Amino acid sequence: MERKTKVHAEDGKQEITITREFDLPLELLFKAYEEAELVEQWMGTRVLKMENKKHGSYQFETTDPMGNKHRFNGTIHTFLPNQKITRTFEMENTPFEVQLEFLDFESLTSDTSKLTMHVVYRSVELRDQMLKLLFAQGINMAHNRLQEVIQKLK
Amino acid sequence: MNLRRDVFQAIADPTRRAILLLVASHSMTAGVIASNFDTARPTVSRHLQILTECGLLEQEQEGREVYYHLNPKKMREIAEFIEPFRKLWDDRFNKLEAVMKKYKSKK
Repeated sequence: MERKTKVHAEDGKQEITITREFDLPLELLFKAYEEAELVEQWMGTRVLKMENKKHGSYQFETTDPMGNKHRFNGTIHTFLPNQKITRTFEMENTPFEVQLEFLDFESLTSDTSKLTMHVVYRSVELRDQMLKLLFAQGINMAHNRLQEVIQKLK
Repeated sequence: MNLRRDVFQAIADPTRRAILLLVASHSMTAGVIASNFDTARPTVSRHLQILTECGLLEQEQEGREVYYHLNPKKMREIAEFIEPFRKLWDDRFNKLEAVMKKYKSKK
């Protein structure tokens, strides 16, 4: 199996780097982050607010398998189309503190592009705790998406 | 050797993932965990047993109650915890790619 998405998380560091190469031109990759309707489709979330500009903010809402709603939000610090997004990310009503995300978009060929997501946490402990939560929750979300896709096929 | 005690096998089940999600916030008793599900209590007990046997959950006796919590030692095995995280993003990005390919063909 080809591992298109790579995650680099060194033991004892408070950061994670996620890289992914897409079979999409750079402009289309960026558009997936720019338009709320598209974000909703691939993130499997509701977009409550999305202001793509410096000092703008966003708020998303997901529903877990038990029907509970989870909201997360952040502030946009940099929004350079087809280049870069710098933003914060915070899960509401959780003990987790805000994290900082640097998203770098680059063109590889006219049909392929690459995204590098650098996430910085307040502490090593917080990063590891986040991984622990995502370990449990993340799979749930991925699983939900899968179920939705399968239901659409029926 | 019992292959079912493999961590990833353990989390392949949606109820077991939901249990991990519940316990990730704070430790709780089997009764409290079971009250969050429509599933029969013995079924939940069985899930707890599997999660405990594969080391994802730990039991702690407090008086007459047994509390379940996520095993911190398992957390040290960072690599194991990264794979679900990687898988989550891989699934999301695959979806992004599919959504944008469809979007492009509509244009």
